[in-house]
Amino acid sequence: MSRLQRLLSQPEGAVGLAILFILVVAGLLAPVISPGDPLRIAGRALLAPFTDPASPLGTDRLGRDVLAGLLYGARTSLAVGLAAAFSAMILGVCVGMVAGFAGGLVDEALMRVVDAFQIVPAFLLALAFVSTIGVSTPVIVLAIALGTWADPARLTRAQVLAIREQDYVASARVIGMHPAEIAFREILPNALPPVLALSATIVAGAILTEAALSFLGLGNPNIATWGSMIAEGRSVLRSASYLSVIPGAALAVTVLGVHLFSEGLGKALGDDGARAA
Amino acid sequence: MKRAIILLRRRAISSIPVLLIVVIFTFFLLESASGDAVDAYLGSIGGGDAALVQSLRESYGLDRSMFARLWLYLSSLGRLDLGWSVAFNRPVGALIAERLPNTLLLMGSATALSFGLGSALGILAGARPGSLRDRLLSIGSLIVYAIPSFWLGLVLSIVFSVKLRWFPIAAIETIASGKTGFSRALDIADHLVLPVGALALIYLALFLRVMRSGMAEAWKLDFVLFARAKGLSRSRIVLRHVARNALLPLVTMFGLQSAAMLGGSVVIESVFAIPGFGRLAQEAVNGRDAPLLMGIVVTSAVLVISVNFLVDLVYAALDPRIGASEGSV
Repeated sequence: MSRLQRLLSQPEGAVGLAILFILVVAGLLAPVISPGDPLRIAGRALLAPFTDPASPLGTDRLGRDVLAGLLYGARTSLAVGLAAAFSAMILGVCVGMVAGFAGGLVDEALMRVVDAFQIVPAFLLALAFVSTIGVSTPVIVLAIALGTWADPARLTRAQVLAIREQDYVASARVIGMHPAEIAFREILPNALPPVLALSATIVAGAILTEAALSFLGLGNPNIATWGSMIAEGRSVLRSASYLSVIPGAALAVTVLGVHLFSEGLGKALGDDGARAA
Repeated sequence: MKRAIILLRRRAISSIPVLLIVVIFTFFLLESASGDAVDAYLGSIGGGDAALVQSLRESYGLDRSMFARLWLYLSSLGRLDLGWSVAFNRPVGALIAERLPNTLLLMGSATALSFGLGSALGILAGARPGSLRDRLLSIGSLIVYAIPSFWLGLVLSIVFSVKLRWFPIAAIETIASGKTGFSRALDIADHLVLPVGALALIYLALFLRVMRSGMAEAWKLDFVLFARAKGLSRSRIVLRHVARNALLPLVTMFGLQSAAMLGGSVVIESVFAIPGFGRLAQEAVNGRDAPLLMGIVVTSAVLVISVNFLVDLVYAALDPRIGASEGSV
């Protein structure tokens, strides 16, 4: 069986992949399904869902289409989540590699920095960072990445330290391989898989952090985000609770999809197979 | 007891450089902001003349060089002085001391709930790995784990405060109720049910999963096989041998999650209008109050270090191997 088949034969993997597929398609097709700016006024304000075919999910307090916000919000969530997780991974793996290889004082200093980033609550750091530097999508991505790179860094370092003692690394050294070549061809490929396994958690966390930031009004105000939709719905929570409920449910389903996908992937790749039995 | 002191000393010594990095990084981050607290203050009072600006900058030390100010901050921090909040015009330390108890109450309750219920459900799931009960609990916890806490808070307040009117919708206690003693405690508990539930649920799911997978691993260990061969009852094996070993990763996880929980309470406090530490952070951000934000970051770092120290102690109590080897140090 191919890996994809094995992934799909797991209920978790199949459902997770389906959710993520629908989200990606929804995000990509957003301009086709709901053309125009999702933040423009599309109709009467506070239209309930399923009453007007022009706005199937209703409109908010300002008459903005909820479905359009949802579709464009999927874009924002996925893009920011993936970009932040990717940056965190790159930064974490680089720092972890350097610390693991250099050892000594460099290692000590880098690990203290990692410690520092782990004891400051990531959300507080993101809050301080975005509010200080100014709200824009790259800053939000960087702010989230800054709060999450410490875990992959620590894991990469531990992996490098474990692998560099292996026999095949010693033999590579004996045959006169260049240290850089050993690092990138022998150690890195073997150190990465467990670190990459973290990426699903990091993506899910990044999506939630982005939503929480925009919920508190620190998201990019010029694009549709689920967090700002939830916040926007708060003022009419009693009369039109669907405005907060719908984007929040989308957020939960997205994060669930990421978690299910990673569970399924873990099982399909076998390292979790024993746990399932 | 001796082990506790050794652990405390080690934790304290290793924490100092880390805290220093936190302070310096935060300092330079906040320095890079365009506009300082005096600009924000002037904006809020509607402007002022150059002489006022100059005297304000002097009184807050903002006219000196960056490094002079960093040194000033570090030395006052050494005297446990967190500086002066511009937005509130009060000492940062006093502000934090006033708000922190509410957050500690919220976090403590959420921790107790998620740890207790999460590990209990984890034991139920891990007692028979692969059973229907295990699969239902695992899927359920995965779904709960995906729900954003601030949204859950909103949904809980729609259902239980707006529709059912069971619990108050916001704040930490009834304002000017004049309640004291036990009835005040009940009032606060009543206000805390929803925020604690919203904050705890995600960690409950996490603890359940960690406990469950730890138990699934422990079932494969030799001493469990031996206990089964001895003919011990299943419940005794589950509780005394399997669950006890799975508790250690749970304690570690708790230490790792304490920072995230503190971050999560920022949003929950905003949802339920609880005047806590997290709300203070948001107010500091809105008021461009760099000294306050700085104090909040430093305090949260100290808080997380303290929690991790407690975790060390619990860990040492659970696992006698830890700390024993350093006995001669």
